[in-house]
Amino acid sequence: MKKAMLRNGLILGGFALITTSLIALTFSFTHERIDAAKERQLLSTLNQVVDQSLHDNRLHLDCILVNSAALLGNKPQRVFRSRLGVNNTALIVETTAPDGYSGAINLVVAVDQLSTVLGARVVQHKETPGLGDKIELRVSDWILDFTGVRYEEALDHRWQVKKDGGQFDQFTGATITPRAVVNAVKNAAIYAQNNMQQLFSMPSNCAALSPDATTNAAAIEVISSE
Amino acid sequence: MSNEYKNLTLQGLWKNNPAIVQLLGLCPLLAVTGTLINGLSLGLATTLVLLGSNITVSLVRNFVPNEIRIPIFVMVIASFVTIIELLMHAFTFGLYQVLGIFIPLIVTNCAIIGRAEAYASKNPVQFAAFDGLMMGIGFTLILVLLGGMREILGLGTLLSGAELLLGDWARELTIQLYETDANFLLAILPPGAFLGLGLIIAGKNIIDQAIAARQQSKGKKVVQRARVTGTDI
Repeated sequence: MKKAMLRNGLILGGFALITTSLIALTFSFTHERIDAAKERQLLSTLNQVVDQSLHDNRLHLDCILVNSAALLGNKPQRVFRSRLGVNNTALIVETTAPDGYSGAINLVVAVDQLSTVLGARVVQHKETPGLGDKIELRVSDWILDFTGVRYEEALDHRWQVKKDGGQFDQFTGATITPRAVVNAVKNAAIYAQNNMQQLFSMPSNCAALSPDATTNAAAIEVISSE
Repeated sequence: MSNEYKNLTLQGLWKNNPAIVQLLGLCPLLAVTGTLINGLSLGLATTLVLLGSNITVSLVRNFVPNEIRIPIFVMVIASFVTIIELLMHAFTFGLYQVLGIFIPLIVTNCAIIGRAEAYASKNPVQFAAFDGLMMGIGFTLILVLLGGMREILGLGTLLSGAELLLGDWARELTIQLYETDANFLLAILPPGAFLGLGLIIAGKNIIDQAIAARQQSKGKKVVQRARVTGTDI
């Protein structure tokens, strides 16, 4: 009896060892490619919102972690700095709209020195396919409406969907989603405007710990909310 | 010999199809079949896992004591799934983002451990491999069919997102069948998956009945159907 248990235990242990080492082997072959793919994706999103002609630094490495529960959602967000030579050109702010129709919507918003929004993109969302997902550029070009719009305090009321008296379209059958996105982009613009100089001058501090840290956190979030 | 292969093909693709007869692996089946390409991709991933796990389980079937066979099967399946997840993450990044959490869920697809336990652990490796392949193809066919139906009804396209699986050149494969401003939401959302699967099963039953009726009218003996049913996690 004892002997059988020992034997079974050893066999199980042997299998665990073999399978785990196979996984470890695959991981060591693929992790560079995976990291590169993640970086490429981040870079391509960043390059979409800030034109190539506006920066010559490595955007995804020049970034800082910030916290602003009121304007950017209640988790640390990254701010990427776009620079051309010695000149600062734009800030790319990661932000979260907490009030989407089905949970949080993650975006990046690029804002230049004059608080003009250079572009916004939805990075991750769980909105209804066919209705709320028109915020994705893949589905509709609605998100491009933000490009070139400047934030001014006096014109604050224009930063709403048309239904609420603002200048941005809502979608047929979905008002909550665009409302959340408009709000998030506006708040990101306000945040960038209020902290412009400070954000540009802080030393870069998140390139090392990020893409991975944040994507993992996002993955955990997705899994726990399913 | 060839009879066994023929039998396995028939079982996997039709008589004992994991998706529409055994009704196994419904969670990923219903969740990802919003488009044909999503269905095809998950089907291929599942087929690879089935093939790998069936071969491995069959190879070790003589060394594995009966009492600990289930944990070993689970370990084998889980490691195959993890390896495939890593490979998809590395080589088809876009697709990985679409299928996301459903790839790890292949582990919980009872069709896989079901085949390991019911077939691979009792049969030689070439049959086990063939069984895994056929079961996988049977599962993939249903995923593709359901995904295609929902995509046509819901989005009016076919093969959208092919570039995620095949690379950028495949962008042109997308067929726009009709333009619509308002998508047919029912087809895209989960209820559409249940309704679609129900219709496919009903269609299979109609065909089976027609075959049985024809055979009866010819005076032949009706073929007895062997089926394994189980509950999904």
